[in-house]
Amino acid sequence: MSSLSLKVNGQSHSVDVDPTTPLLYVLSDDLGLRGPKFGCGLGQCGACTVLVKGQAVRSCITAVESVQGVEIMTLEGLGTVDKPHPIQKAFIEEQAAQCGYCLNGVILTAKAFLDKNPKATEKEIQEGMSRVLCRCFTHTRMLRAIGRAQKEMAR
Amino acid sequence: MKNPSLPATEVPMTQGAADALARAGFSRRAFIKGTGALIVSFSMGGALRTLDAQQTRAGAFGEPAAPDSPPPGEVDSWIAIGSDGGVTAYTGKEELGQGMSTAQMQLVAEELCVPFRRINLIVADTSMTPDQGVTSGSQSHPTNFNHNNLAGACATARGALLQLGSKHLNIPEDQLVAVDGEIRSKSDATKKVAYAELVAGKKFDLKVDPAAKRKPASEWTVLGKPIGRPDMPAMATGTFEYVHNVRVPGMLHGMVIRPSAVGANLMNVDESSVSAMPGFVKVVVKKNFVGVVAEKTWQAVQIARALNVTWSPAPELPKHETFYDHLRNQKPTRDTMSVNSKDVDEKLASAATVVKATYYHPYQMHGSVGSSCAVADVQGEKATVWSPTQGVWHQRATLAMLLGLKPENVRVIYRRGSGCYGINGADTVTYDAALLSQAVGKPVRIQLTRKDEMAWENYGFAFTIDERAGLDAQGNIIAWDHEAWSPVLGNRPVYTYPGNVITGFLAGFQPEEFRPRSPAPEPANFSNNSNAIPSYVAGHVGGADHGAGTIKSERALLHNVVSPFWTGPLRSPQRLQNTFAHESFMDELAARAKADPVEFRLRHLSEPRMLDVVKAAAKSANWDARPSPKPRAASAAGIASGRGISCVAYEGDNGFSAMVAEVEVELATGKLTVKRLVVSVDAGPISNPDGLRNQSEGGVLQGLSRALGEEVTWDDHNVTSIDWRTYHSLPLGFAVPKVEVILLNRPDVPATGAGETAITVVAGAIGNAIFDATGARIRQVPFTAERIKAALAS
Repeated sequence: MSSLSLKVNGQSHSVDVDPTTPLLYVLSDDLGLRGPKFGCGLGQCGACTVLVKGQAVRSCITAVESVQGVEIMTLEGLGTVDKPHPIQKAFIEEQAAQCGYCLNGVILTAKAFLDKNPKATEKEIQEGMSRVLCRCFTHTRMLRAIGRAQKEMAR
Repeated sequence: MKNPSLPATEVPMTQGAADALARAGFSRRAFIKGTGALIVSFSMGGALRTLDAQQTRAGAFGEPAAPDSPPPGEVDSWIAIGSDGGVTAYTGKEELGQGMSTAQMQLVAEELCVPFRRINLIVADTSMTPDQGVTSGSQSHPTNFNHNNLAGACATARGALLQLGSKHLNIPEDQLVAVDGEIRSKSDATKKVAYAELVAGKKFDLKVDPAAKRKPASEWTVLGKPIGRPDMPAMATGTFEYVHNVRVPGMLHGMVIRPSAVGANLMNVDESSVSAMPGFVKVVVKKNFVGVVAEKTWQAVQIARALNVTWSPAPELPKHETFYDHLRNQKPTRDTMSVNSKDVDEKLASAATVVKATYYHPYQMHGSVGSSCAVADVQGEKATVWSPTQGVWHQRATLAMLLGLKPENVRVIYRRGSGCYGINGADTVTYDAALLSQAVGKPVRIQLTRKDEMAWENYGFAFTIDERAGLDAQGNIIAWDHEAWSPVLGNRPVYTYPGNVITGFLAGFQPEEFRPRSPAPEPANFSNNSNAIPSYVAGHVGGADHGAGTIKSERALLHNVVSPFWTGPLRSPQRLQNTFAHESFMDELAARAKADPVEFRLRHLSEPRMLDVVKAAAKSANWDARPSPKPRAASAAGIASGRGISCVAYEGDNGFSAMVAEVEVELATGKLTVKRLVVSVDAGPISNPDGLRNQSEGGVLQGLSRALGEEVTWDDHNVTSIDWRTYHSLPLGFAVPKVEVILLNRPDVPATGAGETAITVVAGAIGNAIFDATGARIRQVPFTAERIKAALAS
């Protein structure tokens, strides 16, 4: 165990953990965050995604010691029920979920992608989302919501 | 919500449970007490009816409720009106992600005439909600939206409120109307009384009246509208509480260690291999069940990996490569005859043409994107569990068996998990959590590893299916024979079989016994629950035709055999597999008769709702009417395109759907691209069109993933589909086809299921489109490029 300092959603935290602990467990168990979720533990599905310096990172295979002191954002940090980010707003408006378990990874992957590729075509967005899994197969709505958010963010 | 939140004293529970209850809003009983009012019983005179057998059965499949369930025949089991006018409704039908909570809130708002936002729906908690069996099998709408249970309770309550309002206002009932939580005079808007004033804090003390007047769909203002799901904002902002997010004070973390091979027994566990590791709390062993408990999740993961466990050698599994033939040769069998006109062989002998084909469907998995998770707090004689199970009362009864506790001392609280699509790891992980918690006397959370989730779940059924049919000289079908082999082991635990899932089995319980039965008894009653009976036959059983079709000579026979792996319901269980075979075969028959596949189907169907869904899909897809395959135009790119149709009368009468698929096939490689999927759905009266659309769209694409890529594989000893590289689900980024959903609203018939109809027709429609494009018939799911290429070459 050792004391590490983390910057999550604009707040500083000091946690006493094994430095090899995957970031996901620290966020869920030590900081009590609900956004990032365990899906596979192998970096294959995207459910655990967080933004590290704006990049979509799979927190289930990222050791906590490797992200000390850098800005980490989870889905909670992106927006709130009262003040949702345009992507979150678009997902609510399009009712683009069923069980919603994958939403964390879908929304944050879309956020990182659109920030980097604001003018991406529909096909490019689809490719940008290629490594994210939704087993309810809400694909059509999710892609529509991302397209809607893209327009909103361009304004 | 706004109701008082006091600990319930009548229900045994741990402090953690009481806290969770408080978070959920309030306790059922405390709610009644908290109003400060006496519990007064109304005497409703004429509204009282004898409690009939139907009213004691609130479950999906007509099974009786547990003895201590809130009685389903009582209005108070379903609804309560608070002093602030808020309505609390209780349901056993869970929100699994399919939108069922929203639809039920709409139902309550509509029948009770209260605003949607004032409904607080309490879902599946054995201390509060009636035993409704499992949330499965496309039964939630039929069970709660037709005349009993939740719908009946609301309609009965509205009638009672009108009677009370009439007394209170001294105005005859026929001059009153229920609106926005008030009883009002139709002619004088100032004469009104709020429900809260009439009943707050009191019980209705009424039997659910199955004849209570329902609101006709023509008067609906809440039902039938595309109301957004109230849980959506929390899900999109990461604040929604899944079972994975339940935290109980003092909670520890568990992991399990499953056997080294299917059928291996535990020989030795060396606790000293891990006891010095950081955070170590305990190694838990119960017969073949092995688990560990640690202070933190990551510690539990590492301890589970490091624990030195020795397992016995296990017998070899049947070979994956020859499994379909293996099924055909297994003894003993349990045989089921669904329909038998006893003249099939004779008719086939007289047919101008006899067509035969065999179809294969693999085991597939639920493969939830989040592995299953549960939290258990077992202390002494009492247990509280937070579980994503589809059946809280079933879980309670079987968990009590597993822990050696009295069922009434076990409380099961449903919390949403990752979408399950049937029996995923939800029940088994709840047992895991509870066994670990019991061993340490503290609350334990466990979320399975990806491999433990995938390698040991109750898979959707594999099938080998033979189809035979005879055509007369005009190309009409005169006889249809269906014979199938399918392996089974375990199932949902129901009330008495913890051994129906892996943890219960490892801890010493046997799965439900396989009862051989051969030959099959002749059918006494008509049931097409598994869609073994094709839509095109008459379904003549017990002196009457019950089928959706016209063919008089008919036989459908199933041989169940023992499965090497656990099996259980996966979205559209058996129905999807049988429908793939029937609809592919119907297409083969149409081709042999040189008939257009749509016209050929319509010619052999009699059920009007089937005719309608087929016509609707064909019309919307602008169906190209002609026989298949399509005359091949040599394309420069070597790409062939085609269209196919498929349809189903789901379970015979529980929903209707048809699909037109449009595909392209790269002839050199077998690479398939699905361009467009048009699906029509008739689920009776539509509660929420956007919800039904969402379910249908998801069903269509999940069906596509199952048709194109999903197959459980194994080697000599173990399942080898253990992650997303070895089990192939279509990711968000695949070339998503255009999906068009056509909803056929039928306000005047009973509600049917809606979650499983669209998925059922997908594989057939795509296989038929591939045939149309290429002339090659794919008879084995999944339709991989290799299989398509092989079919093109043959």
